[in-house]
Amino acid sequence: MAVLITVVAHPPDSDVGLYRAVRLIRRFEERAVDLVRSGDIIGGIHPYTGQEAIAAGVCAALRVDDTITSTHRGHGHVLAKGADPARVLAELAGRATGLNRGRGGSMHAADFALGILGANAIVGANGAITAGAAWAARQEGSDRVAVSFFGDGAVNQGVLLEAMNLAALWRLPVLFVCENNGYATTLTVSDAVAGTITGRGAAFGMPSATVDGMDPRTVLDAAREAVDRARAGDGPSLIECLTYRFDAHHTWEHKARVRYREDDEVRSGRQRDPVEIQGARLDDGERARVDAEVQSVVDAAVAFALDSPHPDPVGALDHLYATGMRARPGGGG
Amino acid sequence: MPWLSYHKALNRALGDELARDPAVFVLGEDVRVAVSNVTAGLLKRFGPDRVLDTPLSEQAFTSFATGAAMSGRRPVIEFQIPALLYLAFEQIVNQAHKFSLMTGGQTRVPVTYLVPGSGSKTGWAGQHSDHPYALFAHAGVKTVVPATPEDAYGLLTTAIRDDDPVVVFAPAGALGVRADLDHEGLAPVPLGVGRVHREGEDVTVVAVGHLVHDALAVAEELAGEVSVEVFDPRTVYPFDWDGLAASLAKTGRLVVVDDSNRMCGIAAEVVATAAERCDLAVPPARVTRPDGAVVPFALGLDLAVQPDRAQLTAAIRKVLKQ
Repeated sequence: MAVLITVVAHPPDSDVGLYRAVRLIRRFEERAVDLVRSGDIIGGIHPYTGQEAIAAGVCAALRVDDTITSTHRGHGHVLAKGADPARVLAELAGRATGLNRGRGGSMHAADFALGILGANAIVGANGAITAGAAWAARQEGSDRVAVSFFGDGAVNQGVLLEAMNLAALWRLPVLFVCENNGYATTLTVSDAVAGTITGRGAAFGMPSATVDGMDPRTVLDAAREAVDRARAGDGPSLIECLTYRFDAHHTWEHKARVRYREDDEVRSGRQRDPVEIQGARLDDGERARVDAEVQSVVDAAVAFALDSPHPDPVGALDHLYATGMRARPGGGG
Repeated sequence: MPWLSYHKALNRALGDELARDPAVFVLGEDVRVAVSNVTAGLLKRFGPDRVLDTPLSEQAFTSFATGAAMSGRRPVIEFQIPALLYLAFEQIVNQAHKFSLMTGGQTRVPVTYLVPGSGSKTGWAGQHSDHPYALFAHAGVKTVVPATPEDAYGLLTTAIRDDDPVVVFAPAGALGVRADLDHEGLAPVPLGVGRVHREGEDVTVVAVGHLVHDALAVAEELAGEVSVEVFDPRTVYPFDWDGLAASLAKTGRLVVVDDSNRMCGIAAEVVATAAERCDLAVPPARVTRPDGAVVPFALGLDLAVQPDRAQLTAAIRKVLKQ
């Protein structure tokens, strides 16, 4: 049973709508990190703080029936596409009420009813899945568009480049969105990427642009142009969004204390904050109303998640086969 | 009655399923001109939207099929050589196979991976001669190795209609097998139901794919000496354990012949499960490729690592003497 949420009646592509999205993702991630520290979320998470403008801007350009595939840093995409924060948080906490019934956790959140075809824990793996979904939509006669989010680390994965080739070759309605936060775990872009990221798209003849990934409006404008192009049958595009990850690659860093970014760099990176950039476009009263509403949504999500039952271990391998086939048990006797 | 080859049976199953269900489509390398012959005539009948030639991009087109399957399609991928499955192992085992569970049952991934010419074709050397069905069975991906034309037709048909990913290995050594049968009688064969090709009293020989025909030949050769039952599980995962148990209840003796490497191969699992579940009169035996085998090029060397009839005959005699 999901928590009923009062949705603020602002279109997602309005200034208030964009602000609500970035505010919601930020508050959600802050509380999720707290729950990792308290032990309520096991395994840790890859926080999306700092990158909110990309999910908010891209998803605001999409229809409900458009599809997305996401990364191991996927909470922001899933929330921006409209997933219930309570059920996302319940999934992170491994509860039976979670989006994936506690079978997926942080890195695999999916909501097929909303076109969220799954976050993916293998870097670069989702691009080809997105291309297949886009092709299937076109075969149905639909003008649905499919978006693949990935990080800068993924641009060196062969399967992603193969997927770009297929999408461009077959003029599929795909939007490749690279979130360039400067680091693939701890490896800097300059130590990893030969050439440029947009050059990867250009090599396949794909319109490719680099935009400010800290400003939701800028991302929305770029995404809208690419989505319109895809919907019109003019093929895929690549958008490289320059962004900065405010928090750790993964919450294990809070314990491991690995050092790969100077304090000055992190301080400076946090200066341009998508929540503040978009918040400045609202009047104070409106901003306060959204903040309060988001706070109540996230509070309710936390309560819902922590009050929800754990899945029954007897069903650990439920859903392994779509046909219902049961696997042989592993125990002795 | 007309003759049907194993090869033609695969082609016929593809054609029948493409005609029956508009969600089915075939993709792969050189499928339009049908280099392997398995997709012959399909482009003309169904057009380029149902028969897609792909670039040499195994990883991408394998996950492309996953995305299409999650969006309501039923892709059948033809892999031209078995080793390409190693390239796409991530996409099959770590992606397609895991989506149903990881999403809590929100989606299904009905992709069929068809591998005609699996195993040694002799003279194709180290990177074109593997028969990697045990890897997929170990990972829990439904895995089928038909032995006869009617089973090739029936099992491929069932794989295409199945809501889970299924790998269909068509051994090189079985592609030329022909059967005298009524085409009207071709029908789907359920996964996980074995077939006793020859009844016997003294020993059960378990074999899949082309080795079923070797087992039948050996059984015939030994007919005056020993009564051999030949049990073909037809799918190695799920495996027809009840069918095996029924056969062993009768014979009490077991030999497994398996064209995969000995270490952690299917033969090992069959022997282990029989030891756990069945009342064997004597220790079982297995005939397999050697541990870690890489198939060498020269004909004699290639054959030296294949399980053969002489080894099977020796193994049968060995379990009978004990």
